[in-house]
Amino acid sequence: MDKFTTFSGIAVPLRRSNVDTDQIIPAVYLKRITKTGFDDALFASWRNDPEFILNQDPYKQGEVLVAGPDFGTGSSREHAVWALRDYGFKAVLSAKFADIFRGNAGKQGLVTGEITEADTEKLWAAIEANPGVKIEIDLVNKVATLGDLSVSFAIDEYTRWRLIEGLDDIGLTLRDEDAITAFEAKRPAWMPKTLPARH
Amino acid sequence: MTNQPLTLAEKVWNDHLVAKGENGAPDLLFIDLHLIHEVTSPQAFDGLRLAGRSVRRPDLTIATEDHNTPTIDIDKPIADPTSRTQIEALRHNAKEFGIRIHSLGDIEQGIVHVVGPQLGLTMPGITVVCGDSHTSTHGAFGALAMGIGTSEVEHVLATQTLPLTPFKTMAINVEGTLRTGVTAKDIILAVIAKIGTGGGQGYVLEYRGTAIRSLSMEARMTICNMSIEAGARAGMVAPDETTFEYLQGRAHAPQGADWESAVEYWKTLPTDDGASFDAEVFLDANTLDPFVTWGTNPGQGVSLNDVVPEPSSFADPNETAAAQRALEYMDLVPGTKMKDIKVDTVFLGSCTNSRIEDLRAAAAILEGKKKSDHVRMLVVPGSARVRLQAEQEGLDQIFKDFGAEWRFAGCSMCLGMNPDQLAPGERAASTSNRNFEGRQGKGARTHLVSPLVAAATAIRGTLSAPSDLEEN
Ligand code: SF4
Repeated sequence: MDKFTTFSGIAVPLRRSNVDTDQIIPAVYLKRITKTGFDDALFASWRNDPEFILNQDPYKQGEVLVAGPDFGTGSSREHAVWALRDYGFKAVLSAKFADIFRGNAGKQGLVTGEITEADTEKLWAAIEANPGVKIEIDLVNKVATLGDLSVSFAIDEYTRWRLIEGLDDIGLTLRDEDAITAFEAKRPAWMPKTLPARH
Repeated sequence: MTNQPLTLAEKVWNDHLVAKGENGAPDLLFIDLHLIHEVTSPQAFDGLRLAGRSVRRPDLTIATEDHNTPTIDIDKPIADPTSRTQIEALRHNAKEFGIRIHSLGDIEQGIVHVVGPQLGLTMPGITVVCGDSHTSTHGAFGALAMGIGTSEVEHVLATQTLPLTPFKTMAINVEGTLRTGVTAKDIILAVIAKIGTGGGQGYVLEYRGTAIRSLSMEARMTICNMSIEAGARAGMVAPDETTFEYLQGRAHAPQGADWESAVEYWKTLPTDDGASFDAEVFLDANTLDPFVTWGTNPGQGVSLNDVVPEPSSFADPNETAAAQRALEYMDLVPGTKMKDIKVDTVFLGSCTNSRIEDLRAAAAILEGKKKSDHVRMLVVPGSARVRLQAEQEGLDQIFKDFGAEWRFAGCSMCLGMNPDQLAPGERAASTSNRNFEGRQGKGARTHLVSPLVAAATAIRGTLSAPSDLEEN
């Protein structure tokens, strides 16, 4: 996973609350076999509407989503995070995230910053006044900056540390590489082996 | 080392600790055996590719095709394009990452949970994972076997370990002797009806007691298989002579001096006298009847001699509401005798009940009998090897003479990802493990039963026990 310290990208105001994962990615897209290439599936039913914000320039190139509260509720599908990531989003700001979504996002390097509802309103207004404006996400200081407007966001310390270090769960486990190798060395010879095939 | 008495699950856990989690972080456990199938693995392999990682231990990993595979015309290309793509992806990934795969048509192909034990790969005291909730099956050997999600599949592929938070332990004590016609399936359906579909949440179950000890390995697998239907993370049975006997001589079982050291270690695994469980449940095997489900979760079951329950008879209002919804979906009226319920299809198969003993038990009842005219019966062996063995024993002929369809191995109608599905409104007696709404086909109605009940039902056309045949 890439290290995430600061990032600056086009902000998208999503003026909706309770965006559930069925909306983020409808079930028909779960039959796919890849973990990438879900960009077309993101908000698939909403995107049928030409008025939907991601169908508008310059929001089409959005990289930071500013959404209403209760983002990512419902089904636990990890595909919701994959779709946001594949579309190009690096961070989502919202007043409240569903637990499972937040956990899945942390596994995939998508920053979920919790801001107040008042700050959400301020950000929305600032973005809409200047479409295409970039917002800077500073994960080290937990601050989002858009022009002269700076709002602080919350994220759990363990996830923040992991993202800054660029460590996914696998990367973290690999820090115990020596312990794994040592464990492997002392496994008895009769433990099951699938190779070579014996039948 | 302390001499504190430990349970089987705790011993296996401790023996696989790579790193102890500090400050609330999870423990890191080594995984001895990783089973893979086509549905939950493609994104995991894609993740490895994205990160430029390889599979750490291809020699501890094995893949088989089961969920999507057709059970007829297996020599032809798979008709459904999505199924075909998933299977092709698995074949491609296995090749790219050097993983052994048993494809459709191969003698070792079959349902992932039938294949592992059959090859002698599943052993006492090991850790087993698979991107499939019924991985609990392998606990029958005294292994710690858990179903995992796709991110975890990727984690295990890359590191051969898994970060896990410790579980609580629950003893399921089943004492006594089963009556004729009562099987392992009835034990586990009764256990789930007793503790509920969430009753095992957070626990590793250990099945104990004289009734469990007298069961064969295949019967123990049937029980452990459905641990997940009680919400448990895993289910286990302590290894004993029955376990060793099953394993000895299998392709991947230890041999010679290795066998001796393995058995010596395995004998240390059973729960110590004086070890304590976080919870205990007791079930009397002597009085158990064949068990069947009436509702849409595996906990909604009763004795076959009973009637469809009145929803208001449940104390918990949530259960009452769930029962009401279930009866509506199942199109059943409270008070109806379970034995009066007429079925359209009988499915003998799935990782719960598709092994050779299951087929033998059903065939023994069907032999020389005629199928009820309105019933369709599907017999789907759990693996290609089980199919071959059944044919060598002439069981296939018994099924065919009876009027059942004799199919190739796979998950089949257990979840209907292949063309083996029930039509809307169709009612089945099924030896599988889930009676969820729509599980066996859109609008399909499922009654979970043992292979013996499945066979008797196919003869009489209504839910029946073998003993009902004698009375006629
Ligand atoms: S037989 Fe059914 S429960 Fe078992 S692995 Fe296949 S789909 Fe899952």
